Amino acid sequence: MAMMTYLEAIRKGIEEEMARDEKVVIFGEDVGGVKGGVFGVTQGLAEKFGDDRCFNTPLTEGLIGGLAVGLGVTGYRAIGEFQFADYILPAVNQLISEASRMRYRTKGDWIAPIVYRAPYGGGVRGGLYHSQSTEKVLFGQPGLRIVTPSSPHDAKGLIKAAIRSDDPVLFYEHKRLYRLLKEDVSDEDYVVPLDKANVVREGDDITVIGYGMVLNHALKAAETLSKEGYEAEVVDVRSLYPLDKETLVKAAKKTGKVLLVTEDNLEGSIMSEISAIIAEDALFDLDAPIKRLAGPDSPSMPYSIALEREFLVDEEKVLNAMRELAEF
Amino acid sequence: MKKLKESGLTKEELIQAYKHVLLGRRLDERLWQLTRIGKTSFNISGQGHEVGQVAMAMAFQPEKDYFLPYYRDMTACMVWGMTAKDIMLGSLGKEDDPSSHGRQMPNHYGSKEHNIVSHSSTVSTQFPLATGVAYAAQLKKSDYVTLTATGEGSANQGEVQEAMNFAGVKKLPLIFVVENNGYAISVGTDEQYANETMAERGPAYGFPGIRVNGNDFAETYLAFKQVVEEARKGNGPALIELMVTRLTSHSADDDHSVYRTKEDLENMKKNDGLLLFEKQLIDEGYMTREEMTDIDAELKKEINKATDEAEAMPEPTADTILDQIYAD
Repeated sequence: MAMMTYLEAIRKGIEEEMARDEKVVIFGEDVGGVKGGVFGVTQGLAEKFGDDRCFNTPLTEGLIGGLAVGLGVTGYRAIGEFQFADYILPAVNQLISEASRMRYRTKGDWIAPIVYRAPYGGGVRGGLYHSQSTEKVLFGQPGLRIVTPSSPHDAKGLIKAAIRSDDPVLFYEHKRLYRLLKEDVSDEDYVVPLDKANVVREGDDITVIGYGMVLNHALKAAETLSKEGYEAEVVDVRSLYPLDKETLVKAAKKTGKVLLVTEDNLEGSIMSEISAIIAEDALFDLDAPIKRLAGPDSPSMPYSIALEREFLVDEEKVLNAMRELAEF
Repeated sequence: MKKLKESGLTKEELIQAYKHVLLGRRLDERLWQLTRIGKTSFNISGQGHEVGQVAMAMAFQPEKDYFLPYYRDMTACMVWGMTAKDIMLGSLGKEDDPSSHGRQMPNHYGSKEHNIVSHSSTVSTQFPLATGVAYAAQLKKSDYVTLTATGEGSANQGEVQEAMNFAGVKKLPLIFVVENNGYAISVGTDEQYANETMAERGPAYGFPGIRVNGNDFAETYLAFKQVVEEARKGNGPALIELMVTRLTSHSADDDHSVYRTKEDLENMKKNDGLLLFEKQLIDEGYMTREEMTDIDAELKKEINKATDEAEAMPEPTADTILDQIYAD
């Protein structure tokens, strides 16, 4: 065991897999050399594994997307880093038209085992283009997996599973959590499954479903609410696509009161799909309407402090929504 | 035009080249017929590109080199190892179609067995992929060379520039080809790019760019031979602009008489590479007209057999629609 931040846990997972399998290579903008990424996730990897396996690309996100697929079809396990999840947009063609369809369109003759890493999320004064939750852009593309860890333990295990997977996996890293979270992380060679949601806290009164920063808000709010006499079941979605419907529906049925929390806009987020699933499969077990808590439907998160705070779902907003639902 | 003798190829090799060219022409004619009578839904043609494609492909070593083609590259794919039956299985959408097992439209070529990597319909996405395949050769310290092709309209995509830029930076063993037939569906080159030639984009990215007359077998073969040798030795990529003629409408859903002048359509027939190649082979004493007629008759039998055999093969069954979306 070692105390590790969320960021360090991701790096450790990558490092272990690069040591374990020489077919693992990592690249992106500022990823190689002594810099090791604008957040430092890949620091030390070029020195340890060589400039061939950890290298810089030009500022060309479409290239990063396609380079990974080309390496995949020739037997490598590419990790392509998009410097910010906002910058993934020029690569969407490669991710959807190539990576997510390679296996299907050749019925498995060619595959694209890839991890695309992307730091997402707001609360870092990143303004419109360094704060977004762009996962919904790529959500609902069969063939592509989307996962995101909400703890250092999961960060290490999930990145390792993503690297070993024969599927293209979009790995979203919440940049607010990079250095905020720190916990004991096992030195063992463990993996966290790519297709399972995680019940992080058990409770009988309400069910809160979220991921990333807002999940951590929900966990804190649950402790406050506990003192008021209500126990919350808190579920980390973790596998954003495909969703672990079974775990989500089971948790919804357990308490009959469901709060879906996301940092994304209210409209068209992943929570909209989860809401539909619960409505279809658990309606008669519900004691209250499904409630969604999300950012406003403004185009992304503005820079000014007042506007950023207004956009963000914080602990207080989560607590209020949880209390309201518990008292329903 | 250069004398065929200057290619340095033997008589047998030149006769084989002729067979490839004629097979490409006759098979495409059959595919148009099958489309017209409703047995296939679509065809997109490489008529007028065949001589250039055969000369190009013969400069490679298909048993180890990789090819990432575009939709007009049927003839080149057959030099690389695909058969008339393989192509027919694809156009008819059969389970045994090696390109996509009946999942993609006709003319989306691929073959795991022959190192031909599957491509999408969003034009030129294969260019970034090709950089990954070529980078893998450097990682493996293998001397295979990668070839990727597109048309002069599709060559204006941003991803093409991203791929060529990266190939220059990494000195990849990668040959880029732009098959320039002067038309992007209905749009001429004057509305596609302002450069005098496509070839001049090579030096802009730090490697050679060569324009060749795709009807000139020896010139095309020698140009490719040279750049392939350099790439194999580790001296980096090259761009070849292959000047060809589009003898048919863009596709089975297009009528080029709407936008091409009578004069253009008349000149086009004079530029039919197949006829020019035949004349050269006869004039230089490699073949007689009778030998050509015999080959034509043999190919007709081969194509009839391929058509019958492919038609008799089963279609994918409806219950396989969800197969091979993810790894098991």
